[in-house]
Amino acid sequence: MAQVMMKNLNKKYDEVHAVKDVNLHIRDKEFMVLVGPSGCGKSTTLRMVAGLEEITAGEIMIGDRVVNDLPPKDRDIAMVFQNYALYPHMTVYDNMAFGLKMRKFPKLEIQKRVQEAAEILGIQELLRRKPRQLSGGQRQRVAVGRAIVRHPQVFLFDEPLSNLDAKLRVQMRVELKRLHERLETTAIYVTHDQVEAMTLGDRVVVMKDGWIQQVGEPLELYGKPANKFVAGFIGSPAMNFLDVKVADANGALWAEAHGLRVKVPPAHTSRLMPYKGQQVTLGVRPEDLQLASGSDPSEYVFDAVVDVVEPLGSEILLDLRAANSTIVARVEPTVRVKVHEKTRLAMTPDRAHFFDVNTELAI
Amino acid sequence: MLIERTWKKWVYFYIPLTVFVVGTLFPFYWMLITAIRPDAELYRSWRAATNTPFWTLQPTLEHFRDLMAKTTFPQWLWNTFFIAVASTAISLFCGLLAGYALARLRFPMAGTLGTSIFVTYLVPPTLLFIPLANIIRTFQLGDTPWALILTYPTFLIPFCTWLLMGYFKTIPRELEECARIDGATRFGAMLRIVFPIAVPGILSAGIFAFTLSWNEFIYALVFLSSPEKKTVPVGVVSELIRGDIYFWGQLMAGALLGSIPVALVYSFFVEYYVTGLTGSVKG
Repeated sequence: MAQVMMKNLNKKYDEVHAVKDVNLHIRDKEFMVLVGPSGCGKSTTLRMVAGLEEITAGEIMIGDRVVNDLPPKDRDIAMVFQNYALYPHMTVYDNMAFGLKMRKFPKLEIQKRVQEAAEILGIQELLRRKPRQLSGGQRQRVAVGRAIVRHPQVFLFDEPLSNLDAKLRVQMRVELKRLHERLETTAIYVTHDQVEAMTLGDRVVVMKDGWIQQVGEPLELYGKPANKFVAGFIGSPAMNFLDVKVADANGALWAEAHGLRVKVPPAHTSRLMPYKGQQVTLGVRPEDLQLASGSDPSEYVFDAVVDVVEPLGSEILLDLRAANSTIVARVEPTVRVKVHEKTRLAMTPDRAHFFDVNTELAI
Repeated sequence: MLIERTWKKWVYFYIPLTVFVVGTLFPFYWMLITAIRPDAELYRSWRAATNTPFWTLQPTLEHFRDLMAKTTFPQWLWNTFFIAVASTAISLFCGLLAGYALARLRFPMAGTLGTSIFVTYLVPPTLLFIPLANIIRTFQLGDTPWALILTYPTFLIPFCTWLLMGYFKTIPRELEECARIDGATRFGAMLRIVFPIAVPGILSAGIFAFTLSWNEFIYALVFLSSPEKKTVPVGVVSELIRGDIYFWGQLMAGALLGSIPVALVYSFFVEYYVTGLTGSVKG
């Protein structure tokens, strides 16, 4: 059980600066997820914690030890890889026992721990098999089992669910979460899938181009994204972005674009004052747009034309054209609209986001 | 459709295959038949009415007996075996470490080093034996098995290194990384994880190296001179052709006995050998 600290962590390959000034404090027993598009430095960061990549600059602490110069075997961590990395020439039992044997545990203790882990994961029947005789989901379980028998201070997961099919992935996701609650071990989990990040993480780190964009609890990232990248990356379908101009009229601020004019919600008025007369980006999530009814206050309503209707059963996704751009609205499954139909959308005012056009930071 | 396929199968598959198999096996058949043919038949005129070149009605083991009794053939066999095993062991050891380093470790000039090792393999032995003879003389190794045990690796090590490097590259890096996290050092991970998985590759490199040194001719011819120190390929040719007299029966008996160990080695490991060359690791 331990916390993990990263201080001004940097990684440079010959020409690529893969990780830039990462500062992160992962608390004891926390499940921290690193998420971002491919090439954002999340895996490199994890591999530096594991000791598989050298640290160019900065410091990593596990517990209260600086581990910069410790080889992987002395860091008291366990890692689960995307391709499972099971040793093909060993049985499942030997795979799980390998780490304990290397650490010279007594035979009985090894047996006890492997049995215990196998029970937790429901793989007792498979212990005598070789990895090639297992299905993808079973291999994944063995890989997790190999990690938990060691009772390490920190679990590292490198996209462990990416090679599974969609259904199995959802199932394993739930199991991992349950497992973490049971074992109460600090975990660092790397994924490019924002759904995995949101569902698994106690806190989530969003990375891009080697920089940390934002660190926070899942709902905090969703509700208060620090910048346009986080806003667009978290949430599916992604947040709609509209370029609007801030204008002053009738004693209030208005966001204007082609054929669109909505009032700036009161919560944002003071912060948007300095942008009067300038362009900003308005961000609205699909579920914060509804077809307008008579009772909606007219200052948050605008015209749109339906382009595509995607009925998903539990909801309908509407692709619409408004203010010269395409936007997506997530509406009730009972709504009936036709393609090319003109309609009016109402926006939930207190959930609007505004971003600076240049810095892309949230205003 | 079906008829067309049948004749195509014959034209493109069975007939070429038959020609190939017959062409490959015929020399071995000829070797066998000559080895067991009595001298009277061997030196009979080709045009004689009783000539039966493709079979014999009086098979005999006389040539084998002569080979064992009148020449130092058993000694040649032992020499060849000892030299082949020793040089294969040296080459495999070096090839394993070098192949692993070139496949896995990041160090400056790794690529250049890999290529230059390969280039040394391309220098023909028929040229290389001249400077090597000089070295052998300087170290006074001439006419000892060590002359060959130490020179065969000049072409075996590059070969083993390249074959094993290719094989190591097919083994996922994560296996080793996982082992290192699980508590092994890099060297430990290499010994416990990479080498056991690479057994097919190691075996095929070993078989190849063994065969190459077993069959090697030119170095053995140049560096060894006493009859009792020779290897099978050289001994058979130099001791059983005296002037312009060919002892065909004993020659072929020697060739036959000399090829049996290689054939045995191949047939034992043929499965490993194939996967070793195609290099497939299934996780």
